Amino acid sequence: MSTENKRFNVIGKARRRVDGRAKALGQLRFADDLVLPRMLHCKMLRSSLPHAVIESIDVTRAEQHPGVHLVLTGKDFPIPFGIMPVSLDEYALAPERVRYVGDPVAAVIAGDEHTANEALDLIEVKYRPLPTIATPEEALAHPEPRIHDYGEQGNIHRNLAYEFGDVEEALAKSEHVFEDTFFFQGNTHLAMEQQAALATVEGDGKLLLSTSTQNPHYLHRQLSRVLQMPASHIRVIATPNGGGFGGKCDPANHEIVVSKAALLLGRPVKICLTREEVFYQHRGRHPVLMKFRTGVTKDGKLTAMHLQTLLDGGGYGSHGPASTFYTGVLTPVTYELPRFKFEACRTFTNKPPCGPKRGHGTPQPRFGQEVQLDKIAEKLGLDPADMRLNMVTKRDSLTASWLRIGSTGLAECIRTVVERSGWKQKHRKLPLGRGVGIACSAYMCGAGVSIYWNKMPHTGVQLLLDRSGQVTVFCGATELGQGSDDVLATIVAEVLGIDTGLVRCVTGDTGITPIDLGSYSSRVTVMMGNAALQAAGRVRESIAAAASESLGVAPDRVVFSQGRVFAAEDPDKGMSFTEAIALAEAKFGTLSTVGSYSPPRAPGRYKGAGVGPSPAYSFSACVVETEVDPETGWITVPKIWIAHDIGRTLNPVLARGQVIGGVYMGLGEALMEEQVFRRLPPKLSGALVHRIPSLLEYKSLTALDMPEVDVTLIEEPDANGPFGAKEAGQGPLLPVMPAVANAIYDAVGVRIDEVPITPDKVLRALELKAQGKTPRVGPENFPQVPYPAPIRVLPPWEGGDGDELKSPAGEPWRKKVAA
Amino acid sequence: MNAVRIKLRVNGEEQEILFHSYKTLLEVLREDLNLTGTKHGCELGECGACAVLVDGEPVLSCLTLALECEGRSIETVEGLAQGTKLHPLQAAFADCGGSQCGYCTPGMLMTAKALLEAEPDPSRERIREAISGNLCRCTGYQQIVDAIERAAAEMRGTRA
Repeated sequence: MSTENKRFNVIGKARRRVDGRAKALGQLRFADDLVLPRMLHCKMLRSSLPHAVIESIDVTRAEQHPGVHLVLTGKDFPIPFGIMPVSLDEYALAPERVRYVGDPVAAVIAGDEHTANEALDLIEVKYRPLPTIATPEEALAHPEPRIHDYGEQGNIHRNLAYEFGDVEEALAKSEHVFEDTFFFQGNTHLAMEQQAALATVEGDGKLLLSTSTQNPHYLHRQLSRVLQMPASHIRVIATPNGGGFGGKCDPANHEIVVSKAALLLGRPVKICLTREEVFYQHRGRHPVLMKFRTGVTKDGKLTAMHLQTLLDGGGYGSHGPASTFYTGVLTPVTYELPRFKFEACRTFTNKPPCGPKRGHGTPQPRFGQEVQLDKIAEKLGLDPADMRLNMVTKRDSLTASWLRIGSTGLAECIRTVVERSGWKQKHRKLPLGRGVGIACSAYMCGAGVSIYWNKMPHTGVQLLLDRSGQVTVFCGATELGQGSDDVLATIVAEVLGIDTGLVRCVTGDTGITPIDLGSYSSRVTVMMGNAALQAAGRVRESIAAAASESLGVAPDRVVFSQGRVFAAEDPDKGMSFTEAIALAEAKFGTLSTVGSYSPPRAPGRYKGAGVGPSPAYSFSACVVETEVDPETGWITVPKIWIAHDIGRTLNPVLARGQVIGGVYMGLGEALMEEQVFRRLPPKLSGALVHRIPSLLEYKSLTALDMPEVDVTLIEEPDANGPFGAKEAGQGPLLPVMPAVANAIYDAVGVRIDEVPITPDKVLRALELKAQGKTPRVGPENFPQVPYPAPIRVLPPWEGGDGDELKSPAGEPWRKKVAA
Repeated sequence: MNAVRIKLRVNGEEQEILFHSYKTLLEVLREDLNLTGTKHGCELGECGACAVLVDGEPVLSCLTLALECEGRSIETVEGLAQGTKLHPLQAAFADCGGSQCGYCTPGMLMTAKALLEAEPDPSRERIREAISGNLCRCTGYQQIVDAIERAAAEMRGTRA
């Protein structure tokens, strides 16, 4: 690794990020920092009931309130929207039905926020309450009233089933079959920046929306749809996001409302959500109930797994169709699993919609899978680290579900955390109250298909260079804090042999940057990075051609390094980078190149095979040490070790930051974060309300709660990554929750099969233990879910061709006859 | 609504401003003085994004009425750098990964500045304690602690 890194100009070297100075100065302009002349302010009225028909809305008094310019209601927004083409089920303002407490029903635009808030109180909404659906179990039991009039049936939004090889047969033949149920509570992103948006009609008559969004391109499409305007008349600028974590992926009601208001009024209109509203906007982690039936050999190798999941989707579709898939599709990526069956069901409930949060659907099953593996190792008398090490998936292999795994450093990750944590001296050897736990994970580096079907590239990059020596790179990717601008600058700088400080990044602006699908699914480093590599390689070729004439050497003997362009054989023979650009500009004219990227075609061909494939997968292993007070159940975490296979580290400062930040968020989910609801008493409407829509009560880790994290970056370069790089933004979160649960078992011998793992649950389990009962807290059973007949696909090693079997479920598995 | 006119000393400059008396220091800084470096995250004093220094002490500007600050000295993130030269804390945050999204950064910086002025050589534990009222969702705090440690060393060196 170290010798390889010497070849690089900037890659692998610890550097100040390109936007670091502006951030430290407080100079970066977030959406709510923007102010325009004649700007008005918007506030939205939100439903106070979880499920009701809107019988009437009277806005007369609000409209007459001094200082009010406009009042909008559902009738102003007849066209529905949604992030996924199969779930266009939201209206900017609810026209006739509200589906959760916080569903927006009206908006006031006034001279200032104070006046707008006053006017909200003057709007009279007459609701006819409907029975509420609080949980997935209720949704299954009560098909009526339907929260939406689309979906699979009743209150089931999505329902799917896949089987890769005959799982029942494999389980029947297994030496052991383990059956466990787990629950992962919902939680939210809690980005420090509350969503804000500023809409204005520019001098050319076109709409400009500046907004905290992760996905300006998808928002752009939805605005065009809802406002019925050509997309070419709309420009979306993704302002620097004050954290996203998935919470700013969906096009949001408020973004559409201020756009419409600006178009109607011809004046700039801004909105900033309150923190309470951010909790209603949500789109966070789905609560998921899971059941695993896993077959193993006596030496701890997996034979088959049957995974069932049940998702609490909340009031709207959001990314739900994808989320549903993600509660299963990445399960086979970490360990060799000969056969796999996966059934998943997402229900609608009268709560804020769930969507993508860091790890999107994967943390939940990963938690169950990795805790179950700990139980299996315990039962079989195996070391849980060795057991995992013995069955990691191999480089360039296929899973039973036809996902192609490229590079993998999982084995090295496991060996590293075992070594650095002193695992062998600690596991099952620490005194009562102290313990260690291990868990692993894998994550994708970009979703293999776009959210809407098309044949165009997933990302584009444009480069512009001129005789002044400046290099400007344009890309639609968005900066959330994760460092996408720095990745962009790093790749361009590396290819051109210059400092990242010379590269100006213009990103996230649908008006001037090539399209990038957005900052989600950990896709930016690999996809944007490859496009940048292509664009930079093309311009380098032109510069090398021009410089070679002046240097009198062949173009392939021209070296770009440290701001100079010179002959490989005689480094003194050369020129500055700026002089080389001037030569190229003279020879070829204005210097501009483009690059684009589309992911490789996935080997799976069955219906639904589009979810899960990725150009590459990252891998992580984590050891958590815990101290549990047997008297109080109080949990402290003194240390965490993590090793993450990042392929290639572009900037170690940022890569480590992503890893530690992921561990932090995972630890918060493991110990305290939860988005939970309660019913008000009948005399107070019986409504289902958010228990804690404030930062005071939604618990997250402070600097005092957060332990030091020992980070090792493992570099297994992937052929599909730019310079071999893979993701770091989401993967490292995933192993933390199960590692905590496993460490608590090692400390006090109790199983908490749900997150968050709070002291009261530990105490309850300790009491059960003292009473001689099973020392476990977690879901007792898994409900009957009407899953469909599975789509059946033969694994690659059973003669499959990647397509689904045509014989209907229930009939014997037909082996493909060898040709 | 009653408008009031008071004088505030912000980042060493005397400012005379007219505003509605109900406004918080945060609102006056952001909306009346256009000092948008100071952020908001919760409106109830939990997140620390709005931390500024009043007479050298960190306060949550979302819980402070601007009226209470008449005649007092207020420091915000905009006052940290000397001309184009970053304050050692700012440089360390930028170099060590102390800022990811940058949203909590101004509040963190001001809290850290107050700490280092009172205690030039704090332990990591002491740094964690001092910033425990400032929430950060990106970094997991570790690189923020690294940055404050580095800045403290740098500032002690400068002073010696």
